[in-house]
Amino acid sequence: MATVQVSETALSANDAALTTEMTYAEAIRDALKLEMRRDERIFLLGEDIGIYGGAFAVTRGLFEEFGAERVRDTPISEAAIAGAAIGAALTGMRPVAEIQFSDFMALTMDQLVNQAAKIRYMFGGKAKVPLVMRTPLGSGTGAAAQHSQSLEAWFAHVPGLKVVMPSSPADAKGLLIAAIRDDNPVVFFEHKLLYRVKAAVPTGSYVTPLSQSAVKRAGQDVTVVAFSIMVPRALAAAQRLADEGIDVEVIDPRTLRPLDDTPILESVKKTGKVVIVHEAVGSGGFGGEIAARITESDAFHYLDAPVRRLVGAEVPIPFNPNLERAAVPQEDDIVTAVRRLVREGR
Amino acid sequence: MSYLGILDADLPDLLKTMYHIRAFEEKVDELFMQGAIHGTTHLSIGEEAVPTGALHALRSDDYITSTHRGHGHCIAKGADLNLMMAELLGRESGYCRGRGGSMHIADVDAGNIGANGIVGGGIPIAVGVGLSIHMQQQARVCLCFFGDGAANEGTFHEAINLCSIWRLPVIFLCENNQYGMSMSAKLSMHVASVADRAIAYGIPGESVDGNDVFAVHHAVWQAAERARAGQGPTLIEARTYRYKGHSKSDQNRYRTRAEIDDWRARDPIVIFTEVVRARGVLAPGADTQVRANAYADIEAAYAFALASPEPQVADLLEGVYA
Ligand SMILES: Cc1ncc(C[n+]2csc(CCOP(=O)(O)OP(=O)(O)O)c2C)c(N)n1
Ligand SMILES: [Mg+2]
Repeated sequence: MATVQVSETALSANDAALTTEMTYAEAIRDALKLEMRRDERIFLLGEDIGIYGGAFAVTRGLFEEFGAERVRDTPISEAAIAGAAIGAALTGMRPVAEIQFSDFMALTMDQLVNQAAKIRYMFGGKAKVPLVMRTPLGSGTGAAAQHSQSLEAWFAHVPGLKVVMPSSPADAKGLLIAAIRDDNPVVFFEHKLLYRVKAAVPTGSYVTPLSQSAVKRAGQDVTVVAFSIMVPRALAAAQRLADEGIDVEVIDPRTLRPLDDTPILESVKKTGKVVIVHEAVGSGGFGGEIAARITESDAFHYLDAPVRRLVGAEVPIPFNPNLERAAVPQEDDIVTAVRRLVREGR
Repeated sequence: MSYLGILDADLPDLLKTMYHIRAFEEKVDELFMQGAIHGTTHLSIGEEAVPTGALHALRSDDYITSTHRGHGHCIAKGADLNLMMAELLGRESGYCRGRGGSMHIADVDAGNIGANGIVGGGIPIAVGVGLSIHMQQQARVCLCFFGDGAANEGTFHEAINLCSIWRLPVIFLCENNQYGMSMSAKLSMHVASVADRAIAYGIPGESVDGNDVFAVHHAVWQAAERARAGQGPTLIEARTYRYKGHSKSDQNRYRTRAEIDDWRARDPIVIFTEVVRARGVLAPGADTQVRANAYADIEAAYAFALASPEPQVADLLEGVYA
C-alpha cells in the first residue's frame, strides 16, 4: 500500500443525531466497514470470514467491498491467527481478528497472554500492539460444552489486555470502533444470542469509550451489575420488579478490564443492595472481582445486605436444552434473586 | 474368496454399515430441518467409505479418536444406533446421557475415545492412546480421524512429530473432503496432499481414493500391520467429499453445484454396491433389502430415542468429577 489514509472524525454518540434500527451483528459489521473505509491499515483475518461471511454472518459483504487482501480467510490455525495479528500490529498495521467461537481462544492463549499482553510493558513502552480479537461467547444455542463457554475472566486476569463485552447493538458499534482505535490488544466478546437483537443504533461513526460503565436503568432500591446477555435479561427483570414496587438500577460495566468501578460503587452507596449477574461460572468469575471492589471500598459501609452473585452453574454447558437453560441465569432467576435480596435481605 | 483384501463374506456387512451411516444422517438432517433436534450437526453423507473401509481393517479392541463429523466413525466402530440417536435427541439413555449431543458421542470402554468439537483436538489425544498401548505392551492400535482443515492446526504437527519419535502405534487418517468449512484445501495448504507432510516427520504417507472402501481398507490395514510390529505411525489421506453443507447453517457459497454433482456421480455406496453385485455374494435384489433394513433400523433407533426420558434438571450438577 503506497499511502495510508487516516481521517480522524470521531463523533461522540450524542453528536450522531440519526439512528437506524439494526441488529447487534449488523452494528458490528457497520463498525468494521466504517473503520476500514477510514483507515487502510485496518484489515480482518479469521476462519471463513470471506465469501462465507463468518460463522455468524457478521462479516458478510465485507469481502465483496474490501477484497481478499483486507478480508483474509485463514486456515484453521488459531495460534497463527493471533500471532500474525500481533506481528502485523507491532509493525504498523491494525488487525481485527475473528476467532470463530471464544472457546477456541484457548488455542491463542500463548500468543495473546504471553506475547500480546506483555510486549508493551516488557519492552519498556517501546512498542504497541493495536489489535482486536472479536469472538462470540455464551450458551443457549445447543452447541454444548466446547462451543458455549464464557471465559472472559481468563482475559480480565491479564494486565496488558483490554476486555470488552457489549450488551446492545449501539454499544457494540461504538465500543468496537473504540477498540479498533485503541493502541492495545483488545478482546471483544460478542454474545451469540445477542447477534439477532435489534435496536436503534446511531448512524455514522462514533466512539463509545472503553472503560466507561453505563447506567442502563436508573433505580433507587437495589443495584444489579450485569454485562453482555445478562443486561437485557436484567432490564426485563427490572421491568417486572417495577410492577412489584422494586426500583432496580442496572449497571453495565461494558469493559471488564480496565474496569470503571465508580458508577458501581456510587450506585451501591445509593441502594445499599447489589446483585451481580453473569453467565460464566461463579468460581473465579468476574463477579468476584466486582464484589471485592465493593467490599474493599467505602461502599461497604452502605451495604444493608450481603453482596449477592447470580452466576452460571459449576458445570460444562450441557447439550440437553433443559439442562443448558438451567445452567445459566435466566430472567426469572434474576427476578427471584433481586426480590429475595430486597424483601428478605439475603 | 476375497477381493482386494476383503472377504466376499464380509461385503454384505460393509454395505449395511454404509447404509446405516447414510440413513442415520439423513434422519438427523430431517430432524434438524424440523427443529426436533437443537444445536448443530455435521453430516458425513458422501464420505461413508472412509470409516467403513478403515474400521474393517482393525480389530474390535482397537481404539479410534473421532471428530465433529463423527457419526460415521461411531457407526463403523460398531456403536449402538439406539444410544446414538438418543444422544442426538438429548436423552438420558444416550451415549453421553444427553450431555454431549452430536459433536461429543463417545464410548471409551468400547474403544471410541470420542468425537471432538475442537478441530484437531483429538490428534494429540490419539498419541496418548498410542503411548498407553505401548506402555501397557498391548497389541492394539489407535486410529485417529481428522479433517483436511485440522491438518493446519498446531496440534497436528506437534502430535505427529511426537508420535513418530516415540514410534507409537497410531494411524493418522485424514478425511480430506476438500474443505475445512468454506476453505478449500487447495487454498489452505501449500502441498498437493496432506500425505506429503509425512516426509516432515519421517513416516510413511499415502493418499488414497476415499470413496473406495477397498483402497481405504488396504491402506489402513498396512498401517495397522506396521503399527503392531512396532514400526510407528502412518499418515493416510483419504480423498472424499461431503454432499451436505458444513453444518446446519451453511449456504454453500464457496463451491459450485457442478462440483457437488461430479462427486455425487462417484457415490461411495453406488461404487461399492457395484462390486458387491459383481462378486455375486448377494442374491439379485438383496442389496435393496440391505438398504431397506438399514433404514428400518434407524427408524427403530428414533423410536427408542423418542421413548427415552430426558435428563432431570435436578441432576444438573452431578457428574462433573470422577
Ligand atoms: C479449534 C477450532 N477451530 C475452528 C472450529 C470451527 N470449525 C468446526 S469444523 C471446522 C472445519 C473443519 O474442517 P476439517 O478439519 O476439514 O473437517 P470437516 O468439517 O471438513 O470434516 C471448523 C472451522 C473448531 N470447532 N475448532
Ligand atoms: Mg474437511
